[in-house]
Amino acid sequence: MAHDAHEVKKEMVAIYPKKLGKKRAEQIVVTELGPDGSVPEIKANVRSSPGIITQRGCAYAGCKGVVIGPSRDILSIVHGPIGCSFYAWLTRRNQTRPPSDSDPNFITYCLSTDMTEQEIVFGGEKKLKAAIKEAYDVFHPKAIAVFSTCPVGLIGDDVHAVARQMKEELGINVFAFSCEGYRGVSQSAGHHIANNQLFKHVIGLNELAHEDKFTINLLGEYNIGGDAFVIEDLFRRCGIKLIATFSGNSDYDSMANSHTADLNLVMCHRSINYMAEMMEKKFGIPWLKINFIGAAATAKSLRKIAEYFDDAELKAKVETVIAEEMPKVDVAQKDVKSRCQGKTAMLFVGGSRAHHYQVLFKEMGMEIVAAGYEFGHRDDYEGRKVLPTIKVDADSKNIEEIEVRPDETRYVPRLSQERKAQLADPELEFQDYVGMMPEMEDGTLVIDDISHHETERLIELYKPSIFCAGIKEKYAVQKMGIPCKQLHSYDYGGPYAGFEGAINFYREIDRMVNMKVWSLVKAPWQTLAPQPEPAPVAAD
Amino acid sequence: MRKVAIYGKGGIGKSTTTQNTVAALAEMGKKVMVVGCDPKADSTRLLLGGLAQRTVLDTLRDEGEEVDLDDIRRIGFGNTYCTESGGPEPGVGCAGRGIITSINLLEQLGAYKESIGLDYVFYDVLGDVVCGGFAMPIREGKAQEIYIVCSGEMMAMYAANNICKGIVKFANAGGVRLGGIICNSRKVDNEREMIEELARQLGTQMIHFVPRDNDVQRAEINRKTVIHWKPTCPQADEYRNLAKAMDANRMFVIPKPLEMSALEKLLMDFGLAEELGQDADATPAEIDLAAATPANTLACD
Repeated sequence: MAHDAHEVKKEMVAIYPKKLGKKRAEQIVVTELGPDGSVPEIKANVRSSPGIITQRGCAYAGCKGVVIGPSRDILSIVHGPIGCSFYAWLTRRNQTRPPSDSDPNFITYCLSTDMTEQEIVFGGEKKLKAAIKEAYDVFHPKAIAVFSTCPVGLIGDDVHAVARQMKEELGINVFAFSCEGYRGVSQSAGHHIANNQLFKHVIGLNELAHEDKFTINLLGEYNIGGDAFVIEDLFRRCGIKLIATFSGNSDYDSMANSHTADLNLVMCHRSINYMAEMMEKKFGIPWLKINFIGAAATAKSLRKIAEYFDDAELKAKVETVIAEEMPKVDVAQKDVKSRCQGKTAMLFVGGSRAHHYQVLFKEMGMEIVAAGYEFGHRDDYEGRKVLPTIKVDADSKNIEEIEVRPDETRYVPRLSQERKAQLADPELEFQDYVGMMPEMEDGTLVIDDISHHETERLIELYKPSIFCAGIKEKYAVQKMGIPCKQLHSYDYGGPYAGFEGAINFYREIDRMVNMKVWSLVKAPWQTLAPQPEPAPVAAD
Repeated sequence: MRKVAIYGKGGIGKSTTTQNTVAALAEMGKKVMVVGCDPKADSTRLLLGGLAQRTVLDTLRDEGEEVDLDDIRRIGFGNTYCTESGGPEPGVGCAGRGIITSINLLEQLGAYKESIGLDYVFYDVLGDVVCGGFAMPIREGKAQEIYIVCSGEMMAMYAANNICKGIVKFANAGGVRLGGIICNSRKVDNEREMIEELARQLGTQMIHFVPRDNDVQRAEINRKTVIHWKPTCPQADEYRNLAKAMDANRMFVIPKPLEMSALEKLLMDFGLAEELGQDADATPAEIDLAAATPANTLACD
């Protein structure tokens, strides 16, 4: 790239009022890997500044929309005004496959208490109780989850007391989330709240025992575009028993049974690391950071699992699967590289995706010129080693931190101290996450909670071949003549996980960055001369 | 139509003072409506002879959108119109939002229409302005003049000063002004002088000093205003004088709230004048404690 990232940063920040400029300057860094593996410090997980047009969502979105929503047989009821409830309808395509047509699947439903002025004034607990009862009578679910939106916290409805009461009355599991939108600075707070309640109210309730040798849970995989199906298939072929996924293609019983697994795999570190840590403390289940986005990353992740279990047969199976898949991947890679090599991408999405998807672009020979998270924390950028140095501000203290102790009867250490020490290889990311920045090229821009101004300026300066974000950004970006790939919903494409998903992604990006239509769109900086009037259209 | 709101510390006697003053205004031939803005819905009990009132919010809940003005407005002593906003039971929902809903509904139903010929509407508001809802009567020009009921007790004066801060906030945006302080006596030392001085420092006036009299209590037991129950007693005349003063009042100001230190000095100068003379060694901390006896500890720290 011809642009010096430091100069670009200076220019982008210069336009801001002094105080905001200072803050943004701390949220924009240029990567530089020190000889000791250190990366520059970035300011993250702080309040969005007025006027920047943040990409962020709210705690309710993080709790209901991300973590709990993808599970198919926990019936979700949104307690709040009807507008928030639309977003409970999982239109962003978290897929699920019930074992049979007669098994419950509530994903396509959208249940709300439709709180109105009357409930705001007089309290909404009665209406919530009635809604839970009505939902139970219609669906007879195993569990009901209640999600509070903003006004519930303001008027002080005790959703947890209602849940307890209805649990007793109905004889099923009912639990509630105080995930009002304003809790925390972004949807990240909602992830934490979701983790806490799942841990308190679901984990450990199902004692089904397993004979399998290699039992795991997959944490932080939400089955967008069918990613979880691909990963499940890989586990099956390797002989790895998946107990529960949190929460793509999952059901209630499997989550309740997840404490019986011998390993937790953490896919999206940001949204679910709390669960991994709590399960480790209470049940003794170690965790591994893995990534199934990108063919090489998938192969590496499978090898990490085999290494953890340290079993020759498993290692051999993993190698067989990789060997079966890689030739197809290599062919596809070679093909797309011929057209995509040297093209550039920007990723501003999520709290993991902006990291994971870099792997796929690199496999295509593309270059990452800038990346950042919407709601990541410093550890997602710089790695967990900075955890002790992260200042816990008032906004984060607002979220409950559960004190977890080893379970008296069910805490079983899976590994000896000696074996744990062996696994402490940084490459393995055993109970660790290195973060996004150490894996990026020096001199690349990393921007937290990017502003709209910065988005436009980056596009004008770098003219990337593709920009990855979500639906809110998509059309603003495309109006500038740059294709935008949604990495929240995959634009209803996918799957992109695993080997098969990698090939899908290569083809999709190849199609997008080489599509001729973009050369016909004139971006503002390209319209130097007045355009000829289009030919008049004959009137009907 | 003059739109008046009565504020003051909880238990200071706002509802009693309001209803007695309204009764006196009615006696003078004025057409008055009282809007109770307290979830307890006890602002019109004396005018109506009991708590027979169905509140605006209860009616709205039971009748849905089909609410008629006659469903929520009763005729009280001296042909006064009486309404109660009502609200949730304590600890539930949002009473402040209830008041907003209720006042908006009254407006929509035409309760303030010119054809009704109201001379006055009185808003009797819950003691502490704890959230935006309780400031509703002074927002958006719903009330134009405020009277604060106060006594010589420290916490009452503290609350009065806080209410003045609220008035300043809305005075700049809307047209609300402070009309004066009504001293509802608790027989505190130098009470009249102290409240007069407080009023002066706030930039307003003590519009009337209402002495303490057990006839008020007796009338309340009879579910009546003093004017209704015993029109000839001296206390009835006190309320008549207050009503006259209000009716003639032309002094409407944006108050200048006091700093905490100025308020404490006021208390020391007046409330402890004699005691201080006897015990010059008292430390400021001891004085604070002594001054804050009717403790509502909220403001003591």
